[in-house]
Amino acid sequence: MDLHKFSISQLLDGLKNKQFSSTELTKHYLKRISKHDDDLNSYISVTEDLALKQADAADKRYHDDKALPLDGIPLAHKDIFCTKGVLTTCGSKMLANFEAPYSSTVYERLNSKGMVMLGKTNMDEFAMGSSNETSYFGPVKNPWNLRNVPGGSSGGSAACVSAELAPVATATDTGGSIRQPASLCGLTGIKPTYGRVSRFGMIAFASSLDQGGVLSRSAEDAALVLEAMSGHDPKDSTSLNYEAPDLISDINKPIKGMKIGLPKEFFEKEMPEYSQKSIQQAIEVYKNLGAEFVEISLRNINLSLPIYYIIAPAECSANLSRYDGVRYGYRCNDPKDIDDLFMRTREEGFGAEVKRRILIGTYVLSAGYYDAYYLKAQKCRRLVANDFLEAFEKVDVILSPTTPGTSFKAGEKTNNPLEMYLQDIFTIPANLVGLPGLSIPCGEHEGLPLGMQLIGNSLEEAKLLQFAHSYQLNTDWHKNMPNL
Amino acid sequence: MALTDKELKEIAYLARINVNQNIFPSLKKELQDILALFDELNNADTSDIEAMSHPLDLSQPTREDQVTEVNEREKLQKNAPLVKSGLFLVPKVIDGED
Amino acid sequence: MNNKDIWEPVIGLEIHVQLSTKSKLFSGASTDFGALPNTQACNIDLALPGVLPVLNEEVLRMAIMLGKALNANINSPTAFARKNYFYPDSPKGYQISQMDKPIVEDGYLDIETSKGKKRIGVTRAHLEEDAGKSLHEDFEGFSGIDLNRAGTPLLEIVSEPDIASPEEAVAYLKSIHSIIRYLDISDGNMAEGSMRCDANVSVRKKGEEILGTRTETKNVNSFRFVEKAIEYEIKRQIHQLESGNTITQETRLYDSQNNTTRPMRSKEFANDYRYFPEPDLLPVKLEKEFIEEVLTSMPEMPTQKKERFSTQFNLNEYDADLLSADKDFADFFEEVLKFSVSPKIAANWIMGELSAELNKENLNIKDTKVSSKMLGQLISRIEDSTISGKIAKDVFTKMWSTGKDVDTIIEEEGLKQVTDDKEIESLIDEVIQNNPEQLKQYQSGKDRLFGFFVGQVMKVSKGKANPQQVNDILKVKLEK
Repeated sequence: MDLHKFSISQLLDGLKNKQFSSTELTKHYLKRISKHDDDLNSYISVTEDLALKQADAADKRYHDDKALPLDGIPLAHKDIFCTKGVLTTCGSKMLANFEAPYSSTVYERLNSKGMVMLGKTNMDEFAMGSSNETSYFGPVKNPWNLRNVPGGSSGGSAACVSAELAPVATATDTGGSIRQPASLCGLTGIKPTYGRVSRFGMIAFASSLDQGGVLSRSAEDAALVLEAMSGHDPKDSTSLNYEAPDLISDINKPIKGMKIGLPKEFFEKEMPEYSQKSIQQAIEVYKNLGAEFVEISLRNINLSLPIYYIIAPAECSANLSRYDGVRYGYRCNDPKDIDDLFMRTREEGFGAEVKRRILIGTYVLSAGYYDAYYLKAQKCRRLVANDFLEAFEKVDVILSPTTPGTSFKAGEKTNNPLEMYLQDIFTIPANLVGLPGLSIPCGEHEGLPLGMQLIGNSLEEAKLLQFAHSYQLNTDWHKNMPNL
Repeated sequence: MALTDKELKEIAYLARINVNQNIFPSLKKELQDILALFDELNNADTSDIEAMSHPLDLSQPTREDQVTEVNEREKLQKNAPLVKSGLFLVPKVIDGED
Repeated sequence: MNNKDIWEPVIGLEIHVQLSTKSKLFSGASTDFGALPNTQACNIDLALPGVLPVLNEEVLRMAIMLGKALNANINSPTAFARKNYFYPDSPKGYQISQMDKPIVEDGYLDIETSKGKKRIGVTRAHLEEDAGKSLHEDFEGFSGIDLNRAGTPLLEIVSEPDIASPEEAVAYLKSIHSIIRYLDISDGNMAEGSMRCDANVSVRKKGEEILGTRTETKNVNSFRFVEKAIEYEIKRQIHQLESGNTITQETRLYDSQNNTTRPMRSKEFANDYRYFPEPDLLPVKLEKEFIEEVLTSMPEMPTQKKERFSTQFNLNEYDADLLSADKDFADFFEEVLKFSVSPKIAANWIMGELSAELNKENLNIKDTKVSSKMLGQLISRIEDSTISGKIAKDVFTKMWSTGKDVDTIIEEEGLKQVTDDKEIESLIDEVIQNNPEQLKQYQSGKDRLFGFFVGQVMKVSKGKANPQQVNDILKVKLEK
């Protein structure tokens, strides 16, 4: 049986009907990982023993008729989520030997729904990057073309789901780290409203922007897993005080009569022809489904990139101060005094991109520059938020490309940070404002997939998934998977 | 905006990241390129705009004043680079350092 | 002209008060003092990757009460900020503190010194986390870091530079101490560091408007040291200026052994704390009802208590003032009154005998050897005439040294007052019989000798005869 071709609901049916056991399913995936992941490098750790133990427990519950909602479904966790007793590295030398003594709420929630952890996925160091080339554990390859990047920072999660080395994976998104790799690997990726998914135990990059989410092969799979990991968490003060949203009930509802906004500022940007064509085709699909299109203006949207590259580094410069070689993590050899301990530990333990962002963040917060950079950026952030508020009075969702193009060659942008930053130009605004966004495959170019982005109003993940599912019921782009 | 060597040295120290002298020129160039990106914000009129430091406009929740944590020193110090008698060891700190 | 007449000191105090919550400001770890190193430092206190702070509600109550006691505004929303600096006892590399919107702002406190009353402005009081401790002994070139204290809630109370002398500084500090003790929001123990004081001192020529360059003196951990450190710093600055030097703006440490201050070692670059809004915490919007609930449950403050003591118990201003200044004394006083004794007599005993013994042994009222119950019973025994006031003083001394209660001592020592008329009569008869000469003189008009007879009766009774009864009966007997 090609178990790796099954959707999550098909897998649940199969498990319920005893067509196969969770142990068989888990072994099937573990086998695929050991066969293919040497080429992809999508996993940092494969937790085989733990997975088989969890699968066995799931099988017992099926046997006892006490199955949990997602019982026995394997998944991979981005290595940014702390998992008790398991290596949690965040893709950094700093945490290369860090065994988390506690688990993140996301892990706990999915574990309590019966999901089986296959392993921890590779990522850009501390989630800083758009190509998964900044990982201390080596770059991740794009399964569609091994010379290309899978996107980042959740490149490992994207590559392993796309290569069918996991049915689904958790991921995080600070400026596009779920949606951009989804686009580059031909997946469905959703970043919910800020505060939907608990950040407790999710290693911080930029606290006011970070949000956990899912990379999957369909909107339906994404809905099942996102619903299971969402909901209020008293351990995260910025967690929304709502029950997990119902993402499944309405997913099949038609979108007829609903309004899709097309921000003219996005479409004025220079875009490759294949990109324009794909988006145009998607618009046609939605038109045929009865959706209405409205041109909207997000006047200040072009400020998003500079705003982001002030706020994210500012927050990260403080968030990453705890890596000082004192209580855990990497420590330099023979420090001669306390400053030497701090300075060499951090010089040696962090990679170039992380250090760059810490330095920028330190600079924009420093005396004399705070008002001109940090405060100004926070004010501009309000302008962007106001644009979206206005837009959502007129439309249900906003459609745009997810990325400027398809996946690029490894190494192509590593020496030019600014060029790399442009990868997230369409995805960053949703993070600044805390809005939900998703990417679904909508085309291809020279054998590489391409995605479109849908941004929803606050708390409207269900509507986003409804739009995505309608599209996927009527197109096949999401069914294309790479040949390994 | 031009970033001086002294400024770079100072922010590197504030961030406690040792920066090797020989990468100063290239690093300075990279940082300057990024800083140049920020100039675009100067075109935005933000005169009556309130800063937005967080996407959520909600009030901070609180918890009751209860001790909920137990001693887990052994488990928590398993990852520590250097520990003695339950203390994290660091190069001698001089009292009275500013 | 004395240089004190030319120069005028300008002083501001920053007082850190450790709040006596059960758990920490942002974690559920215990705040108990004296546990083994790092046994009260949980994953949040250790700043493990991925952990997040959750605010302890109790600190809001405490801060609101303090704000009210300082006649200040309570800010809502009040927001937290990150203060960035690296130090091994600061696990996150930043301290969660408050910058733009401190919870308490713009208050004042009235103090009293030998020069009279004065109002000192309170700029702000903000919430923040305490750091851990660095231990320097016995680690062969290493320091040991204990994070038990890390994350303990602090209120930092910042005064305006309204303080003009070391005496005023101490009066202000004592007044703050009295308030936090009254509110029971901190134990205020300066020796254990639960109340710490930094002094900002500058001097300028009298009549000048512009402030001089100031220094910040840290590590001043007793009322006396605050006075000494400021005195020293004023003298030093005046001396510097008069010698034609300038004052360097710097942080100095007080050395209590040599009674000097010395500059802290400074680094190549100045500190730049890079405050910015804490993105892991949202602004706290304090509901009106919440503030009101806190204020109604607020304990009585020193001035209110003084007022009540004088009206309810008819104490004069001096007594009421002395008893209400210290909450523990005031509480002790009210405990004694539970034994239905006269407030005036209770007040005299507390401020007389009890205070004398406490002072003699340098004890806090909390460590008194004669408890409120013991003192209450002692006074009761005077009031029900079991013993005389004079004997009671001896009994008090015995109670203090033995810890025994009043009835046990009366019993053991046979001190019970003689109140039986017949018994007293027979004592008087005996005295009259033994002093025929004096009787004759008395009866021939020498009234002064009445005192002699009283004295003799008391002597024969070993002081135990009830003096009033002795008086009454003696009068009758001698007139016969």
